[in-house]
Amino acid sequence: MSSTLTFVVLLGTPLLGALVLGLTGGKRWAPNLNVAFSLLTFLAACALTSNIITHGNVVLMQEQFFIDAFNVFLVTLTAFVGLTTALFSRPYMRIEVEHGRVNSAQLRLYHSMYQLFMATMLIALTTNNLGLMWVAMEAATLSTVLLVTLYRTPASLEAGWKYFILCGVGIAQALFGTILLYFAAEKILGAEGVGALLWTHLNVVKAQLEPAVLSLAFVFLLVGYGTKVGLAPLHNWLPDAHAEGPTPISAVLSGLLLNVAMYAVVRCKVLVEGSLQSSLPGRMLMGFGLLSVVLAAFFLWRQRDAKRLFAYSSIEHMGIITFAFGMGGPVANFAALLHMTVHSLTKSAIFFAVGHATQKAGSQLMDDIRGLITLSPTVGWGLMMGSLAILGMPPFGVFASEFLILTTAMKQQPWATPILLLALGVAFAAIFSRVQPMVFGETTAKRLPHPPALVPVFTHLALVLMLGLFIPPYLADWYRAAARLIGGH
Amino acid sequence: MTALFDWLAQILGILAAVLAAPLFLGWVNQCRAWLQNKSAPSILQPYRGIRKLFHKDAVIAANASQLFRLAPYMVFGAMVTAAAIIPSVATRLPFTQAADAIALVGLFATARVFVSLAAMDVGTAFGTLGARREMMIGFLAEPALLMIIFVASLISATTALPRISELLATQSLALYPSLAFTAVAFTMVLLAENARIPIDNPATHLELTMIHEALLLEYSARHLALMEWAAALKLFNYVCIGFALFVPWGLATSQAPLALALSSLFLGAKLVLAGAGIALIETVSAKLRVFRAPEFLATAFLFAVLGLLVRLLLGT
Amino acid sequence: MNMTALPFDLQLLNTLAALLLLLSFAMLSQRRIVTLINLLAVQGALLCIATLLLAWRTGAGHLYLSAGLTLALKVIFLPWLLHRLIRKLGVYWDTEPLLNTTGTMLVGVLIVVFSFGLAQPISALASTATRNSIGIAVAVVLIAFLTMITRRKAMSQVVGFLSMENGLFFGAMSATYGMPMIVEFGVALDVLVAMLVLGVFFFQIREQFDSLDLQHLESLKEDQ
Repeated sequence: MSSTLTFVVLLGTPLLGALVLGLTGGKRWAPNLNVAFSLLTFLAACALTSNIITHGNVVLMQEQFFIDAFNVFLVTLTAFVGLTTALFSRPYMRIEVEHGRVNSAQLRLYHSMYQLFMATMLIALTTNNLGLMWVAMEAATLSTVLLVTLYRTPASLEAGWKYFILCGVGIAQALFGTILLYFAAEKILGAEGVGALLWTHLNVVKAQLEPAVLSLAFVFLLVGYGTKVGLAPLHNWLPDAHAEGPTPISAVLSGLLLNVAMYAVVRCKVLVEGSLQSSLPGRMLMGFGLLSVVLAAFFLWRQRDAKRLFAYSSIEHMGIITFAFGMGGPVANFAALLHMTVHSLTKSAIFFAVGHATQKAGSQLMDDIRGLITLSPTVGWGLMMGSLAILGMPPFGVFASEFLILTTAMKQQPWATPILLLALGVAFAAIFSRVQPMVFGETTAKRLPHPPALVPVFTHLALVLMLGLFIPPYLADWYRAAARLIGGH
Repeated sequence: MTALFDWLAQILGILAAVLAAPLFLGWVNQCRAWLQNKSAPSILQPYRGIRKLFHKDAVIAANASQLFRLAPYMVFGAMVTAAAIIPSVATRLPFTQAADAIALVGLFATARVFVSLAAMDVGTAFGTLGARREMMIGFLAEPALLMIIFVASLISATTALPRISELLATQSLALYPSLAFTAVAFTMVLLAENARIPIDNPATHLELTMIHEALLLEYSARHLALMEWAAALKLFNYVCIGFALFVPWGLATSQAPLALALSSLFLGAKLVLAGAGIALIETVSAKLRVFRAPEFLATAFLFAVLGLLVRLLLGT
Repeated sequence: MNMTALPFDLQLLNTLAALLLLLSFAMLSQRRIVTLINLLAVQGALLCIATLLLAWRTGAGHLYLSAGLTLALKVIFLPWLLHRLIRKLGVYWDTEPLLNTTGTMLVGVLIVVFSFGLAQPISALASTATRNSIGIAVAVVLIAFLTMITRRKAMSQVVGFLSMENGLFFGAMSATYGMPMIVEFGVALDVLVAMLVLGVFFFQIREQFDSLDLQHLESLKEDQ
């Protein structure tokens, strides 16, 4: 199958899914349809990946889209987590309907927007046009705003409003950055701008781009997309949006959207670094990254809501990834990519487990969630193992990537290592002390009307475990190719 | 010979301005009455008022100091000096060479200080209240006025009023957003400085709202006449500064009698229009509470600053 | 006198830029939401005229298209939508802003100075005839941001958001004669969808709180 056809299937499936589910998403069998569309997307992503592995990078549709080692791995990851989350949301949303929190119209909105959200993320990942990337990022926000407010509770409305306004303002900064980028590129690539926003063209001429404009552009792009990554101090929307939306949405926001925003930042960083020939962008990333890690670690202590707790953990991990990309170089980039993967898998697994746990307890407050291990051993173990994994316990993959990042930091930025270690230690203590009583301890809660979806949780955890013990050679090659592409000092 | 003629023209100009000022005030009042559907007083009414006051005997409070007697002459003198140096008809007359815009602002400030001091001199409550309000408005209006002048001098690279007018009048017609903004600001300052609506109502003696009238409450007869005349002159002067800055077309740049006559005609036409304009503004706007006056003047200042910024940003 | 050298259409463009700046300040000070929306529509109209002028000047066909887009979306549709929303929701006035008007204006003036500094290097590099307006565009964006920060009502914040988008659009036009068409369409689509989403959203907020005052939306704090 040709790359173009695969690609059309990849983007077309979720778009079609959004349309079909927009009409029928409230039906009883709609969750299955949602899974089917996600599965098709995932298969297309796999086919595309194998194409790229055998044939190398491709540029599609009048150069508007392109696939290289960096984004194809994220596409596969996105499609995969999209599929498992769809699997998880099948029982989860049925339970929500039975609890009366969601009616059929809301379910229809949920399914339709879920597919649309997947589509926008895939477009943002694969587009070659930085302007289109902006459009897709904004569309990703818009498609999830109404999902965050799905329950229509005052808190969820507040979270949705914050999400909309903060990300809207942030993304407007990114638009300004994009305009500046275009402004610099247009001088080199010609006024009629055929290629002036195409990343592949820009990458060729990046050394000639005006450094003064690009550094200004990078500030705006970093602030703009950084808001969506959840970098401190622009992270305010993130815990609220994660905590108040339905749990499958928390899982994809945390596991995927943050990655996509990170991807946008890194793509821009490559261009800016090429133009500036200095480590300024890298230093900015390191600064924002460290700040996020430290801030999130200390905020973890103050959380009482289970989903907020893990939302802050996401901020912490995005901070680590940002810091690693900031350091740059093949090893740090490799570690950052690996961390993106394992964080995405682990965090969504945790949200799956937390989702079922909160449904059992009927509350998101950690004080109300007790004794998961007796009530539902699989959910309990899933949460426990997921938490251990995200805390960087060996032999899980997070350990491997964090270890790599720390050793690289020791070599390249020794001053940052103690800060990182301290923050990781604080985060460890905070999360472990909260999760332990949730898993063990006494409970009186009832059983759920539908059996919880456990396949996604344990598949993810198994994958993370595998990545900790052994990275398949082709995957490692892939990471290395992407790491080379990102470059840096 | 030409020098002699210049001086003659200058003296004639000053006399004309001093004499025409009450007429302009009469015109504004008449227009306002028309617009408000009232039967208008005669256009000569201000002259009648002044003449009547000159025929009365002055009554001065027992505790009034010399300053109180001196103030009307000082104020009137300041206004006549201003009228002499503002290029209202021609830009090259002997006195107009001295018309530095900042000096003009200083001249008006001097008059204000005397008016306020005199109002407080007798020690009545109203005088003090009026003086305080007058100083507040002056304190807010002066920065705006200076800012307006800065914009004009940025464009013409001089603070000499006749040079600014000449430059603006002689070059080809161009759109100056910065000047448009400052013109709006200037109009607002003009209304505030001359005790017009929306800051003060010249037609009322309502204690709580008046500013200008409160200042003059203790004056009578010739002192009051001079003060009223000075107020009319002040309005006239302000309007002429406005013409010099924003509509300088028709100003004579030579001293030929024909040019001067033509320029006087232009000035007359502009005054007629400006008077009608002021009357219109006064009719359509409501008087603001005194506490809102700072907001009004802050807006004027903002307009002037915007003019300045636009000038710097766009070069226009 | 550098001004006399400028052709008339450029003078007009500069005047439009100045008026846009003025409108930003008007929006900053305006508390009646109906007027705020009208000002937004006027801003859109000025933008549309500026785009048309620029299209005529440069002969760039895509600018005509984007002028049409501006007219349809920002002058007609969005103001209409917002008017309809406020009629249905019954929000007409914003409450006293967080900072008093004079203070806000002073901050606004500082912002203009700052934007001037920020845009200086870009203007120096730009080759477009409208490069001087870049500073104004930045100022419009930042003042719109200030409007959003200082307002309490959700509706005023949204108007601020749209005004910010207008500023960005004007910036793109001044610096590069507009973005590539596909991007412009995408941005317009996003703005449109954003407003529709907001429409739904407002009704949800109203249903929940009986008000669009954002003070109700301040309960999610860290220590809860």
